[in-house]
Amino acid sequence: MKYKSQKVAYWFFALSMLLLVLQLTYGFIMGFARIGLDGLHDFIPFNTARAVHTNLLVVWLLSGFMGAAYYIIPEEAQRELVNVKLAYVQLISLALVGVAAVIGYHFNWWEGRKFLEIPRQLDFLVVANVLLFLGLILATLFKGKRRTTTALVLSMGLLFAALLYIPGMLPFDSQVTDSFFRWWVVHLWVEGVWELIMGGILSFLLIKLTGVDREVIEKWLYVIVGLTFLSGVLGTGHHYYYIGVNKIWLIVGGIFSALEPLAFLAMALFAVNMYRKGEKRHPNKLALFWTLGAAIVSFLGAGLLGFAHTLPQTNLYTHGTLVTAMHGHLAFWGAYAMIVLAIISYSMPNMTGRKLYLSARGRAAFWLSNIGMIGMTVAFGVAGVAQVYLERKFKMEFMQVQNEISIHFVVLLLCASVLTFGIILYIVDFIKHGRPTDQALEIKQ
Amino acid sequence: MLSKKQARTFFLGGTVVTFLIFIGLTIYSFSKEQDQSNYENITEQVVRGKHLWEASNCMGCHTILGEGAYYAPELTKVIDRRGKGYIKAVLTTPNPWAPNGRKMVAYGFSDEEAEDLIAFFDWIDDIDLNGFDTVVSPIAKEKTNN
Repeated sequence: MKYKSQKVAYWFFALSMLLLVLQLTYGFIMGFARIGLDGLHDFIPFNTARAVHTNLLVVWLLSGFMGAAYYIIPEEAQRELVNVKLAYVQLISLALVGVAAVIGYHFNWWEGRKFLEIPRQLDFLVVANVLLFLGLILATLFKGKRRTTTALVLSMGLLFAALLYIPGMLPFDSQVTDSFFRWWVVHLWVEGVWELIMGGILSFLLIKLTGVDREVIEKWLYVIVGLTFLSGVLGTGHHYYYIGVNKIWLIVGGIFSALEPLAFLAMALFAVNMYRKGEKRHPNKLALFWTLGAAIVSFLGAGLLGFAHTLPQTNLYTHGTLVTAMHGHLAFWGAYAMIVLAIISYSMPNMTGRKLYLSARGRAAFWLSNIGMIGMTVAFGVAGVAQVYLERKFKMEFMQVQNEISIHFVVLLLCASVLTFGIILYIVDFIKHGRPTDQALEIKQ
Repeated sequence: MLSKKQARTFFLGGTVVTFLIFIGLTIYSFSKEQDQSNYENITEQVVRGKHLWEASNCMGCHTILGEGAYYAPELTKVIDRRGKGYIKAVLTTPNPWAPNGRKMVAYGFSDEEAEDLIAFFDWIDDIDLNGFDTVVSPIAKEKTNN
């Protein structure tokens, strides 16, 4: 850690960990409901659990991205954060909005639009919160001694993420139009600007961990984010195949979605190559595991599994089935969860001065959580493919099919337990690091 | 070999060009001639139905136009499959129920609210879904084949 104000990142990461635990809890509620163990239905029906599960995912990742920005930007801009107190205000308000939304969902206070369930009143608070965050980050960046590509790409990702929230707030009478613009937010976030954020964090970590020249890493960062947008923007079309808009999206979405894995492949090759090229052997192997893991698993989950069901001919049958859940879980895990866990693993020893990265617990956390998530993906995949054949090809009744495939949810729950065990170990490590301290400023990273 | 400046140009240029095409295609898709949703048939009742759909977070369990949570059946073409009487009974019952073992929240909608939702489903059923309607409803498939 080079600047005192970087410590604020710790509290964003702590909030992330807390929300992650809650997200897993609600995931279990849904998993058990799917095998008939739905005793909580009267208090937490499936639609509540689902809204909480997906929204907590978004909030813990955003909190992680914000923490990452508060850690990275001062170091890149070579100055303290412009206002630490306001950063804490922003943290508290983020936590309050998150808590209010989650509680509200239990009392039917929501918008009922997939992924964007946050009620309108809270939307405005989210906007205010994000504006405050961006103000602090951009002011620090522009008052700083240098403006690096890594910092610019990261800030650009955060800025566009905020701007793209707006189309989701527009009211429409037509379900088709509503759905169309909802994907402007959701798709262009996760397959667009969030990848800028991921790319920025990845680039920072690779510079620190491999010692490869910044110019080389940042050049490839441009190429990767360039590929991301080139394929991802028009790739939005794969959400428009079968929702009631023009057939042109079948062609445009089909072609550009097929290119989307290229960006992820480039990212994976980039990360692995930089690691192999690097002469510096940073002792924090755990951060390296998570960093390279994020690049590789995102290629599998977001790239390959995404490609597996975005061909229009396939998607005609897989659209609206558990196949989407298969892709969604590994994609979010690889691309975003793992990069947040990577920056936490890298920054915690620097902020606290406690170098716990050699512990077996940390490695077990990495492997167990990854094995668990891959197992869950397989379980979702088998259930999804079976659902497609039975329901869409053989025209069996929905619930008949659900009963046939419920065994895969037992497997899903077992794998989710392995993932959760891994995450618990990760959090134990997080807690054992203790609080950030100014004494860590003197320690060589 | 590619320079950093060229890489930046590739990123900025590619982004601007694809985004402009994307906006152009969006405008084209929503032009009146390209409408596949029978937009003019959206009545006040359909809009009330959509609001109820959202306020109850039906998408948190069901899917519509293939979007939702895969926990409960797809509701595109639901009138084809079940008929209005069945749907109204489901929506208005005040008793907890579990069709084929899976619990649904008993919303206990009023008659008028149930009609609003049915109007919403009715409007959804007539949208041209580029073939997806034949996948989710055997009846739609038969209609197409005849």
